[in-house]
Amino acid sequence: MATETTAAHGAEGAAESSSLVFHPMDQFIVEPLFGDGAIAWYTPTNVTLWLFFAILAIIGLLVLSTSKRAIVPTRMQSVAELAYGFIYKMLEDICGKEGIKYFPYVMTLFMFIVVANFLGLIPTSFTTTSHFAVTIPLALAVFLTVTILGFVKNGAGFLGLFWVSSAPLALRPVLAIIELISYFVRPVSHSIRLAGNVMAGHAVIKVFAGFAAIAVISPVSVLAITAMYGLEVLVAFIQAYVFTILTCVYLKDALHPSH
Amino acid sequence: MATEPLAKEVAGTCVDSHGSAIGMPQLCFDWFPNQIFWLVITLVVIFLVLSRVALPRIAAILAERQGTITNDLAAAEDLKAKAVEAEEAYNKALADARSEAQRIAAEARAEIQSGLDDAIAKADAEIAAKAAESEKAIADIRAGALESIQVVAKDTAAELVTALGGEADAKAINSAVDTQAKG
Repeated sequence: MATETTAAHGAEGAAESSSLVFHPMDQFIVEPLFGDGAIAWYTPTNVTLWLFFAILAIIGLLVLSTSKRAIVPTRMQSVAELAYGFIYKMLEDICGKEGIKYFPYVMTLFMFIVVANFLGLIPTSFTTTSHFAVTIPLALAVFLTVTILGFVKNGAGFLGLFWVSSAPLALRPVLAIIELISYFVRPVSHSIRLAGNVMAGHAVIKVFAGFAAIAVISPVSVLAITAMYGLEVLVAFIQAYVFTILTCVYLKDALHPSH
Repeated sequence: MATEPLAKEVAGTCVDSHGSAIGMPQLCFDWFPNQIFWLVITLVVIFLVLSRVALPRIAAILAERQGTITNDLAAAEDLKAKAVEAEEAYNKALADARSEAQRIAAEARAEIQSGLDDAIAKADAEIAAKAAESEKAIADIRAGALESIQVVAKDTAAELVTALGGEADAKAINSAVDTQAKG
């Protein structure tokens, strides 16, 4: 057992003898489900398992709960309808009527992120959305979709997004450079915001859990874990919401690029 | 976390010999292809489930509910109009019945009044006839009584005269009695 950043093997032995050990990042290790082999691109891992659970949860929430098609909904059906209405209204408010045909894409993103975040809150589970390997493809998919869609829908007019026509003419080239940089920073901030928030919260909970090994501190530690957990529940939803609403905003840029 | 030190090729560059993470597992690029591969499969599955099954179904449920609510509201509006109509009809019937009742009462009153007037007139006439008859009878009786008094008075006067030793002169007695009776 070793502290997380210690590379030197001599220091590891010293840390092992003390009672206070922190492994806040071990929860993010990707492991093969079967055996101990190396991880190839097709190996079923704990990532695979928890992505599979996310699919099951989404099917349970949106498909099984609505199977009765009740006019007066059951609880789970209400949740499914609320999620549907929530994202539908968000998309309609931001992108207008033209945005509605991208509703399944946006809903897929939202449902995946929110369900994966909440599954990650189950103790000992693996949080898929805490990995850049998951959030970067999500953000890149949005970025590429929006960019390609913008050029297909508006042609060269999409470049008007970077030409701030309301600013004085002299300032426009400068603003265009700033706008261009901010445009390419979007997928970076989009992905790091989600993974960073989820990862930080989970790591902090682990750190508090490490302190619980000391009997005197453990009540405070348990209280702190409880409080952090509450905060993480909030973060799990808010980050999914933020990711989705930003996706809608970027989509609006592609549909209506004028400033 | 393995309890035994791992072989170097198994652990890769991201996990140390005790199975703990070196630095951030998020930055271990050995694992990226695996995560991305399974993520893409997951997203495709979720997208297919949502776009083929879940979203059309929920949309249908919401539309059906909206339709039901609209229909129910229209039906309620209809029923309300019917209720108002029924109330109007009821009020009209009530007013009709009231005026009819008043008419019948007035008719009855008039009938009774006329019957009463007839009866009173008849009774008056009868009373008047009876009164006249009675008056006549009283007058007869009175006249009869006066005559009888004169006859008795003449007889008594004649008897008195005779008793006093006089000669009863019928003529003188008659005139004297008549004179007294008049006076």
